[in-house]
Parts: sequence; C-alpha cells; structure tokens
Amino acid sequence: MNATRAPATKAAPAVGRAEVEDFLYAEADLLDSWDLDGWLALLTEDATYRVPSNDAPDSEPRTALFLIADDMNRIRARIKRLKNAHAHAESPRSRTRRLITNVRLHGQEDGLVRVTANFVVYRFRRIQTTREYVGRYEYTLRATADGLRIKDRRAVLDSTALGELGAVSFIL
Amino acid sequence: MDDIANREPFIVDEPETMTFRLNRRTLADPAVLERERTAVFDRCWIYAGHESEVPEPGDFRTRKVAGRPVIFTRNSKGEVKLFLNTCRHRGAMVCREAAGNARGFYCFYHGWTYDRDGALVGVPGEDSYPPDFDKARFPLAEAPRVDSYRGFWFASFDPGIAPLETWLAGATEYLDLVVDQSPSGRMQIIQGTQEYDIRANWKLLVENSFDDYHLASTHATWLTYMKDAGVNVRPPKGLLLPSHGVGKDLGNGHAVIDNVNFRGRPVARWISIYGEDAKAEIESIRAEVFARLGEERGARVCDTNRNLVIFPNLVINDGSSVTVRAFWPEEVDRMKVTAWALGPAEESESARARRLDSFLTFYGPGGFATPDDVEALEAVQQGLATWREVPWSEMTRGLDKKGEQLNTDELHLRTFWRRWNRMMADAA
Repeated sequence: MNATRAPATKAAPAVGRAEVEDFLYAEADLLDSWDLDGWLALLTEDATYRVPSNDAPDSEPRTALFLIADDMNRIRARIKRLKNAHAHAESPRSRTRRLITNVRLHGQEDGLVRVTANFVVYRFRRIQTTREYVGRYEYTLRATADGLRIKDRRAVLDSTALGELGAVSFIL
Repeated sequence: MDDIANREPFIVDEPETMTFRLNRRTLADPAVLERERTAVFDRCWIYAGHESEVPEPGDFRTRKVAGRPVIFTRNSKGEVKLFLNTCRHRGAMVCREAAGNARGFYCFYHGWTYDRDGALVGVPGEDSYPPDFDKARFPLAEAPRVDSYRGFWFASFDPGIAPLETWLAGATEYLDLVVDQSPSGRMQIIQGTQEYDIRANWKLLVENSFDDYHLASTHATWLTYMKDAGVNVRPPKGLLLPSHGVGKDLGNGHAVIDNVNFRGRPVARWISIYGEDAKAEIESIRAEVFARLGEERGARVCDTNRNLVIFPNLVINDGSSVTVRAFWPEEVDRMKVTAWALGPAEESESARARRLDSFLTFYGPGGFATPDDVEALEAVQQGLATWREVPWSEMTRGLDKKGEQLNTDELHLRTFWRRWNRMMADAA
C-alpha cells in the first residue's frame, strides 16, 4: 500500500459477508435454473469468466492455455450458443446443483470486493454418469448502486486433470 | 484368445462394387481392443512429447506412451531420453510428479536411486547382495526405439520398426508446414494442458479429428459465432463448407485434410474476429513468412489449414490455432485425451495471447466446438451397443471419384481404417 496516497473519495460503505453470500447463492440459483439472461445481468461490461487448465491453476490466459478465458463479448456468444438447441453438448441440458461454502472476503478497495468461495457442482445428464466439479471460485465483485455485480469470475478446479468430468460445456 | 478376425471381416473394402463398410464390432468389442494393444500400438511409432517440454537437463514430464508409464526427460548431456518409469528392483514408479526438474530419480519404496542419465547410483545396504551384484546392470530401462522429427519425439516398442522418417512418409510434408510457422524452426508447447476423457472408442476421435463432413451439423453454433463476428461462412455452390478442401492419403495410414482457410490463422491471416488492433501485427508476421519461404510456400503456410492424423493416435490440427492431441484407450469405450497448444517459440506476447484466445474459440473442453464433438462421439458409442443387430457403418463418400477427394469425403478415413485393418490382420 502506498501510505502517502491521499484518499480520492470518501470510503464506500463496507460490504459484509452476509451480503456477498446472498449474492453468490442468488447467482447459483440463476445458473442452476438456466436463467442465463438473468445471470448475464449480474456481470459488469468489463467482466471476465475464466477456467484455467487443471495443471496450471495459477496461470494467466495471455501466456497459458486455459479451458475457458472469456471477455464480455465471448461470454455473450457463449450464452447465445447455450440457448441454441444445436449446442449439442447441452442439448438436452444438464441439470446442475451448486453447493457454495467457505465464503471469504479478502479486502475492499475502490468499490471492488475480492471474494473466494469453495464449490461443488453436481452435473446430471441422462446419457452420462454423474459428474462432480469441485474447486474454488475467485471473484472480484463491484459494489454498485444496484447492488453487487461480477467483474471477474474464475473457477479453479481441484482435479489434477479434467478426466472423467469430460467437458465444461455449461457455465461452471 | 478368441479368434476375432476369423468371424467376420473388420472392413469390407470392394472398390469395384463401390463398397466400403466398417464392422461396428471394431469400436465396441473389448476383444478388438486387446488385440489392438499388441497388433497396433506395440508396432507403431507412438508420440511421446515435444522437445520444448523439457528444455533443460533434468527437466522431465511423466506420462503414458502406448500404455507404459514413461519419464520424458533430458539427461545431463542435454539429450532427450524416454525412461520406462519402473524401478529395476521391484517395479515401483521412480517418478510420481507430473513435471519438474530432477537431479535424479528416487524409488521411495526401498531407496534405490538413479541419476539423470538413468544410471543406478545408490542401493541401501548394497553389501548384503551377492558378490557379483553390479549396479551397472540395473539402469532405468528405455523404450526400444526413440527418435524425433523436427522437435516431435516418438517411441516404439517394436525394435525392428522402420526408421521414424521413413515411417512418417508423406506426413513429414505437413509437419514441415506446421514447424515452418516459426522463423527459427522452433515450435513450443505452451503451458496449460487439456486432459479429458471421452466415453468413446479411440478410433472415433481419429475419424472426428479430420472428418469435415460433420462440421456444418455438429458445429452449427460455432459457424453462427463466426458469422456474428463478421466472417463469411456461406458455402459456395457445390460445397458443404465455406471453403474448398481436399482429403489426402499420406502413406502408412497417415492422412490429412488440406483446406483453404476461412477461419483466420494466427500465422498469419487476419479476419475480423481478431479485431482491427491485431491487423498490423498479423500482416507483419505474414510478411516475414512470405519473405522467408517465398510466395508459393508462404501462401501454403498462411492461407491453408491442415488436420493431420499420424497413425495411429496423434492429431495435429493447424486451424484457428495449432493443437497437438494424443489419445489412449483405457477401455474399449473410454479414451484419455491430452491436448496442447503449440506456437512459434519466438512469437511476441501479443501474438501468443491472440493464438491462445483463438484456440479457445473452437478447441478444448470449454471451447465452442469440441464439447459438441465429445457429445457426438459419446452418442455414437452408446448407439453402438446395437452392433450385433446393426453391424455395419457406411464409409463410401467420394469412393466413386477418380481424382481429387474433398475434405467432406471419406478417403482419409478409409486410409486410416485400411492401415488399421492390415495391421490387425497381420497379427492374426
């Protein structure tokens, strides 16, 4: 931290863990119910959605191969694709259920809140075995007049390879 | 073993009657996989890794090659080595890390220690062995044959196999077109590995990797994405795809589709999807390639795509980006796939970022196309449970054509299957 820096604006009211948890649970509900437009409305215009490759969890997408490294244009395209019946990997759609726990806040600055949470996402499809995606979310949330919004969303899988999980064809 | 080959032919290949049928048992019967392990995988050159994965002495990667656990590494003299990952004492793997740099390899079970060159250098309580015990007799074992072509390393468990370059036959021309994208001829595997299972027979991924007939229906949403980004994806009259492409037999079971590019190339053809900001850099990359290779070959590198299958289980798809993909059957209906991104070693930070971004628009388990391929292969595998009732698959596209075969024809698929069939029959 730069101790000499003058405070530019008066401090925004701190966001508490309960508010963040409510937000993450609401987001999970939108995704599990396939309300993809509702989920899109939670993102800021400069949002990113990333899933690193299993063997490079701490890497960055400009220098390492990811599974998913979307900017907002790509997120919109992903949603458009998923709403199309010809997105065969999700047609028929998976049923998913997300359990989100261990929600922690790691500091707030300039209206941005850094959050981590653990997840288990169960994915069920008639023609496939049950798949359990386990890992950690890393969020940067923005506090706005309309409530919290997602600026960065990174899902880091714990499995050492994607292996039997097969694909990440839904929003993880 | 059940004499599977004598029951019914694996393929019926009668050009005079315009017949090419594939027995679906080849994709569903565990007895076929049992024979493949010795008749095919143990008698081919199998991809082991790329030189760039182990740049320094002691660097290593552990993986499976033809079902064997191996250590792909560089020894103290800087030579690439492929050690079999098993202690000479009782058999435990001597390296259980996925990757790293090692001074040597240590078997934790009883403490035998090997140096970077595979020599056995430490045996606890050596004085209790009989007097003629000699550590020099127990180095880490190596694959019987190991060789490389332009940075791509292969191993064979057949000591009598033809030299790698002979065996690669016409595939070397296409490997050259990939490697020539680098001004120095040095390509690099990029950090980040996509490893995923497909619940399907491994040969279905061979077919899928260069079957352009499926593109329009399986990847309709990807084509829409390209169209939305301003790319012309309308097929001209007489074609199923936006550009012309051909299928070719490269000898020894290797085959390729060789297509005029419409989807953009990091090296080097700009399309709208890359954005205006990228235009100048892509143009300068293109100019370097043309200056180095000349007009004709430069155009081939920059303006054509290739999906290359090196028999039996290596795919290099050089399209929206370059992916190297190897796969191995764990069961008759399940394979493990490993996919890497490959790029010129010296490319700029911005060109590298563009390559990786371009990769993800199509390829990989979170891409806009590969998940639908996986779905297609798994749908086939499930359908194949009927192989006894519906025993034959049709593979005759283009069979009546005298000259050029399109990428949407099936000459290249038949090339793979003919070679596979011959190897299976030779082993019977």
